[in-house]
Amino acid sequence: MIEYLQILGQEIYKIIFLLVPILVSVAMIVWLDRRVWGLVQKRRGPNVVGPFGLFQTLADALKYIFKEIIIPASANKVVFILAPIVTMTLALVAWAVIPMSENLVLANINVGILYLFAVSSLGVYGIIMGGWASNSKYPFLGAIRSAAQMVSYEVSIGIIIINVLLCVGSLNLNEIVIAQKELWYVIPLFPMFVIFFISALAETNRPPFDLPEAEAELVAGYQTEYSGMMYAMFWLGEYANILLMCAMGSILFLGGWLPVMDVYPLNAIPAPFWMILKILFLFFLFALIKAIVPRYRYDQLMRLGWKIFLPFSLIYLVLTASFLFYFDKLPKVNV
Amino acid sequence: MNLIRLLKTIFLVEFIVGLYMAIKELFRKSKTINYPFEKGPISPRMRGEHALRRYPNGEERCIACKLCEAVCPAQAITIESSERPDGSRKTTRYDIDMLKCIYCGLCQESCPVDAIVQGPNFEFATETREELYYNKEKLLQNGDRWESVLAKNIKMDKPYR
Repeated sequence: MIEYLQILGQEIYKIIFLLVPILVSVAMIVWLDRRVWGLVQKRRGPNVVGPFGLFQTLADALKYIFKEIIIPASANKVVFILAPIVTMTLALVAWAVIPMSENLVLANINVGILYLFAVSSLGVYGIIMGGWASNSKYPFLGAIRSAAQMVSYEVSIGIIIINVLLCVGSLNLNEIVIAQKELWYVIPLFPMFVIFFISALAETNRPPFDLPEAEAELVAGYQTEYSGMMYAMFWLGEYANILLMCAMGSILFLGGWLPVMDVYPLNAIPAPFWMILKILFLFFLFALIKAIVPRYRYDQLMRLGWKIFLPFSLIYLVLTASFLFYFDKLPKVNV
Repeated sequence: MNLIRLLKTIFLVEFIVGLYMAIKELFRKSKTINYPFEKGPISPRMRGEHALRRYPNGEERCIACKLCEAVCPAQAITIESSERPDGSRKTTRYDIDMLKCIYCGLCQESCPVDAIVQGPNFEFATETREELYYNKEKLLQNGDRWESVLAKNIKMDKPYR
């Protein structure tokens, strides 16, 4: 019993050390997003609170905490309250398997990528619950759109992941990273990287695929009826998800915590630094894209997902498999 | 769809050009200003908050001719007047409902003695509606506060009238 508690205590301490940096970095990343967005559009972005406006998100969070939480009279209260909690929990839970370095990972499980994929797929539940429980038209439409969109793009993300797994021969995220020691998969699988990136945009409801929260037509989509801290939790979950997608992209294609080149001054820099750098690079692209693209129409979105990305990634999967088989480069799997 | 367009679509050409543009613009100077700390230039014709001016000897300019009241398209001005012991006609009441006002500047145009003017101040937001029902006292106060700027603006705008 005491031993059990001891293990529990150790794990909780580890979890706190994982979650606090993630929540802080989510706050910073929101600032970065808004700042980049503003600068590209020649505005200034948040620059008043703290140095360069870095504490803007903290100020916003404080505001959200002190705001009233309004629950609509016709809403299903339990589900309504549960939805943001589900969204945020699922967004944070997935971070357990992300390796920041060879040893710096909370749970180095052998089905890491499968777990990651499963948890990020579950993310849509929070949105559906929020949209349905609000019992209002806009949130409902937003939730339906979001569900259809996330499900469609998950399919192509799944096939892209299979592409990578074919080259690695393991589902363990650390092994995926180590397999890229010679060559990052972004080079041989470049088209897959691009499709992964665009699908990740759709998966996290970012522009140009922000249809679920298209403010011109759906107010704020599934978030319309939410206020105060509950809204903030949706928002935190969303950004944690974006970060997660960036982390996934850097692990699958950009060599995770590996340095750019295995030469002296570069490989002396600690591994987590490289991981953070790659995540930031991908997020920077996310932010840039938010600033430059117009929103897709709904049928265009579906066409892109099902008629272009899915067949293309399937064809590429066949190509990868045949290449690996023909040149006898299939990974040795020790069963 | 012709071939070039198809290839452009497949290789995301427009998108990459857009991305390049975005990165280029990222390092350029922003066009906006740090508003509460720095302010953009204001024209001498700026039609901001109203003010009632005085002559340099301290006498009110307004002669209660009520032209501004008559011309006001929003009917935001209310004037009452009476004769003062020295025989001059002066206002006893000069109210402007700043919420009705559409800031068209016609009151200033119609005033024969440059008494009612719209100054350069546009930062007079209040927390209650009542504070925006300006009376004579408030307007004269504004006039005293902004007199130097108002006089300068009127002088600068003179050649164009």
